[in-house]
Amino acid sequence: MRFKTRLSLDIAFKYIFKITGLLVLAALAGILGMLVYNSFSFFMDVRPFDFITGMEWNPTGKNPKYGMLPLIVSTTLVTFGAMLIAIPLGIGTAAFISEYASAKVKNILKPMIEMLAAVPSVVIGFLGIVLVGPGIADLANLPNGLNALNGAVLLAVMALPTIITIAEDAIHAIPKTYKEASYALGATKWETLCKVTIPAAAPGIIAAIMLGVGRAVGETMTVLMATGNAALLPDGMFDSVKTMTATIAIEMGEVPYRTTHYFALYAIATVLFGMTLVANLVGEYFINRFRKYHAA
Amino acid sequence: MQRKKFKLSSAVEWGTLLLSTGLVCFFLIVILLEIIMKGSGSLSWNFIADIPREGMTKGGILTPIIGTVLLTMLTALFSIPFGVCCAIYLNEYAENNWLTRIIRAAIRNLSGVPSIIYGLFGLALFVQALQFGTSMLAAGMTLGLLSLPYIITTTEEALMRIPASMREAALAVGATKFETIKDVVIPSAMPGILTGVVLTLSRAAGETAPILFTGAAFYINGVGGAVNNEFMALPYHLYMLSTQHQSIEEVRPIAYGTALVLIIVVFLMNLTAFYIRYKYRKNEY
Repeated sequence: MRFKTRLSLDIAFKYIFKITGLLVLAALAGILGMLVYNSFSFFMDVRPFDFITGMEWNPTGKNPKYGMLPLIVSTTLVTFGAMLIAIPLGIGTAAFISEYASAKVKNILKPMIEMLAAVPSVVIGFLGIVLVGPGIADLANLPNGLNALNGAVLLAVMALPTIITIAEDAIHAIPKTYKEASYALGATKWETLCKVTIPAAAPGIIAAIMLGVGRAVGETMTVLMATGNAALLPDGMFDSVKTMTATIAIEMGEVPYRTTHYFALYAIATVLFGMTLVANLVGEYFINRFRKYHAA
Repeated sequence: MQRKKFKLSSAVEWGTLLLSTGLVCFFLIVILLEIIMKGSGSLSWNFIADIPREGMTKGGILTPIIGTVLLTMLTALFSIPFGVCCAIYLNEYAENNWLTRIIRAAIRNLSGVPSIIYGLFGLALFVQALQFGTSMLAAGMTLGLLSLPYIITTTEEALMRIPASMREAALAVGATKFETIKDVVIPSAMPGILTGVVLTLSRAAGETAPILFTGAAFYINGVGGAVNNEFMALPYHLYMLSTQHQSIEEVRPIAYGTALVLIIVVFLMNLTAFYIRYKYRKNEY
């Protein structure tokens, strides 16, 4: 090839690569723009304050009500329940893999956790209907098991791989000298783990939890299939709930284009986007803090 | 006495960790056993090679299988070129300035966006604004966008592992920067890039929320496969059979079979990725 062609090809591709980089920015800007534009159209009809604090979600009634508080409470309840299960299990497993397991056991456990992460959410939701739901109904004497507890158990399973992987990295990164100093003072392995290793890995573990929360809040199919979808303010874990993601998934298919209800679903999506963004940003902040701390 | 107490407590402590690990493994085993035991009954050649019949209560799942395969190929078509090029830009060209930092922040942000919001974006942009209608094309583009941040991140990690000396050697014998990337960097990073791509596509193949409003159909006639039409897909088929079908109990065996096929597809893709990674690591030494 002539030198000139080679050179112009070099320059052309430099710009092509740069354009794809800018395209990613455009994608995020597009998503944000869509959310803001459609939410804005919604807030022309309904006051933002009524939307956030309204106690009733009934957009198809004669006198439509757009109060998303029950949806926010539902999402929070299910996520909270999921974390109650997933955090102790996740940290315990991460500590076991990092501190106790031999190389051989590690080589079995790590692929197993990757496999758990690979199970599609719709399959987990299906198991919520055929396995976990009936199980809960039997144990608690309920007519059916499609409730917040079911969703929490399933979301815990979905969040576990994220929590375990990141927490394990954090615990693994603690310098050996910390532990040796603790052993030298006469501490047992358990005391060292609880009082030295885990506190030192705390930023990484908090990051793991926050990213798990982000995953649970944004999960759609599992909660859509397993929680019963009654848009009322739930009283407890045995009540049927309708999360924000499930509301969008159910109602977007039926709603007429560019009505108040249509825009309302985008407004829910904006709140959802905000919630996951905060969870992920907090997670990222702690990951960076952890990296800085241990690089020094 | 002191020594005995010490031993007992350490057994309890060790047991707690073992128990939590055991529970996590138990979840995976229950998921797999339930799907395999109840799904293998309906699995047969006919189930895979026949289209759904009689209101989906009989016949097989050929149409959703074809839909998922084609959809995943479309996803690959839209996400791989952009993802790989963007990773090349970030790792090979970008200077450490404000623009690069914003692009990196955008990528991290995109990977945390819930999949249902990608579905809304696909609906607003591809289905409505660009007038593709609810079609496989719109769904493929939506999934492509969803996969983009993962492909960029994994590709960039693969590129980072290539030592600078290899680039310098190519540049020293007179290659242009583009030639260095095309002939030296990309071929050596290929196993790493492939691993990331296959893992990302396996995730996309199992996604349901982004295709809910962008083109997945309850039922279509025949085997489907047209890019500009609605399609059936395995995850959506499973969702539909287990919640929306008018005779849910009757189609339960088909739902189990669909779940099994979906899991097999996803795990086979994962195993391929693990194999590539394993082989590549072995070659390093």
